[in-house]
Amino acid sequence: MIIEALELRKFYGEFCALDGVSLGIEDGEFVSIIGPNGAGKSTLVNVLTGVLRPTSGRVRFKDQDVHGIGAAALARLGMARSFQLVHIFPDLTVAETLEAAVISRLRRGGRLFASRARDREAQEAALEVAELFGLADRRGMLSRQLAQGDKKLLDVASAFALQPEIILLDEPTSGVSTADKTAIMEILVAAARRVGVRAIVQVEHDMDIVFGYSDRIIALHQGKVLANAAPADLRADTRLVDLMIGRRHGDL
Amino acid sequence: MKGRALLALLFAVVLALPWVAPPYHVLLMLPFMAYAVVLLGLNLLFGYAGLVSFGHALFIGLGAYTGAFVTTHTSVRSLEAIVLAAALVGGVVAALVGALCVRYVKIYFGMLTLAFGMVFYTFLLKFYRVTGGDEGMRVLRPSLLGVNLDAMAKTDYLVGPYYYYSLALLVLATLAMWRIVHSPFGLCLRTVRDNPVKAESLGLGVTRYRWRAFVISGIYAAVGGALLGPPTGNVDPTLSYWTQSGNIVFMTLLGGFANFFGPVLGAFVFIYLQDTVMSVVPYWRLVFGAILAFIVIWAPGGLMGLFARGRPALTSRVVSRASS
Repeated sequence: MIIEALELRKFYGEFCALDGVSLGIEDGEFVSIIGPNGAGKSTLVNVLTGVLRPTSGRVRFKDQDVHGIGAAALARLGMARSFQLVHIFPDLTVAETLEAAVISRLRRGGRLFASRARDREAQEAALEVAELFGLADRRGMLSRQLAQGDKKLLDVASAFALQPEIILLDEPTSGVSTADKTAIMEILVAAARRVGVRAIVQVEHDMDIVFGYSDRIIALHQGKVLANAAPADLRADTRLVDLMIGRRHGDL
Repeated sequence: MKGRALLALLFAVVLALPWVAPPYHVLLMLPFMAYAVVLLGLNLLFGYAGLVSFGHALFIGLGAYTGAFVTTHTSVRSLEAIVLAAALVGGVVAALVGALCVRYVKIYFGMLTLAFGMVFYTFLLKFYRVTGGDEGMRVLRPSLLGVNLDAMAKTDYLVGPYYYYSLALLVLATLAMWRIVHSPFGLCLRTVRDNPVKAESLGLGVTRYRWRAFVISGIYAAVGGALLGPPTGNVDPTLSYWTQSGNIVFMTLLGGFANFFGPVLGAFVFIYLQDTVMSVVPYWRLVFGAILAFIVIWAPGGLMGLFARGRPALTSRVVSRASS
């Protein structure tokens, strides 16, 4: 098991966002986390990736208790993520953004007097990721000047540039037109294969994407795991599907 | 290429200045060069890490007093040794102060640095047996590159060897800072400034990068401070007073912190403008206050921003990020 969550609880004041969530992600899996707004999906991703500390419970990553070690340390251990709301570096170019991720992966961020221009390895690795995500022709552009869909892609691409073992994607296709969603997912899956990602976890609302790509689906409702099953098993549960996505089962 | 040609021309003018300009103007270049070194470091923190320090006069004072201590309490008179000692003292103190300050951002960071600056100012003022209190301490004339120049007239020493020594140090400091901001560290520092949450998610320890930038800026400020002592032959607590910290932030804004050379230009204009305005009106701070208001409202990119169009957009975002 790559990542394991044990009895996670997270309170925001009186509000309980996660209520005893336990789950595990196996090698080679593509897992989707679904649920209505306020179910605790993003909180779960934030707790798993060290952005938030759980009120109680434990997270184990590669058989190591990673409670409280922080997002940066988790990323260095091999866990990358993208955000629900686009997170970019507005005044860095596309190339610089990807180069920063590669520099982080190569542990070269502490080099004070080294020339970036002469670091061929970092530059070529950044270019490779840019090509993988179709951003190569815009690598000289400032990130803030990109179209919204490209900003999202850059956010995800920078996470892939870390060559992580597991990647958690918080709504990777949100804000992207329906026509582009499948194309983005194909890019993600191809990139994961290329850089050797062992498991993908995504939060997603689009059920066509969820059922089309997932090996397993975890359904959250009011901070609790309502279901944790293969798509085919979940599809058969009409009551659950109606609760999760607010439409008739027959639509799937 | 145009920029390089302009830089080469400016450098030639600065090299020739002692030969063509009256000593008074050459002497004004000495504090400019010292402050330019300070500002190169301060701007690593301000422009590249997005942290506005209101207490960097602490390090200027540390550097200046290190020079005074070394020349009056030991037999060492070498400026190289003074500069190295100032860098060491500045670095150690910055490491300790920075370890606490960089855990905070925005106004809290600024206020914390101000507080440390005022603690040091009060120390200089009240521990008069050690520091000379408000009278300060003497700085004996240092030797340069092992050459004792005590026999020279003071003005000849300052507009000659000391001028070129300061210039060489400024060039070295500029080259080193140029490498730093164009290094992998410099790039990672910019990610920390732009979006710390995203930087953390990429494995970049935000606090660690901010701390390193703080230490480097402390070293630069101390080295600049060490250069301020010999021209006047005396250092006093006003070097560490909060208005001094305000002045260097003002210089940075005046020149434009989004540009590598902006703060250096800011130091130059500040020194000469202060001298000119002070000779005309007694209330020079009134005039400088008006200039500061003008810059913040109409030219947030500073003088360099006025030259290079398009920069104000970057500058105003960094300002709003740092102050909100």
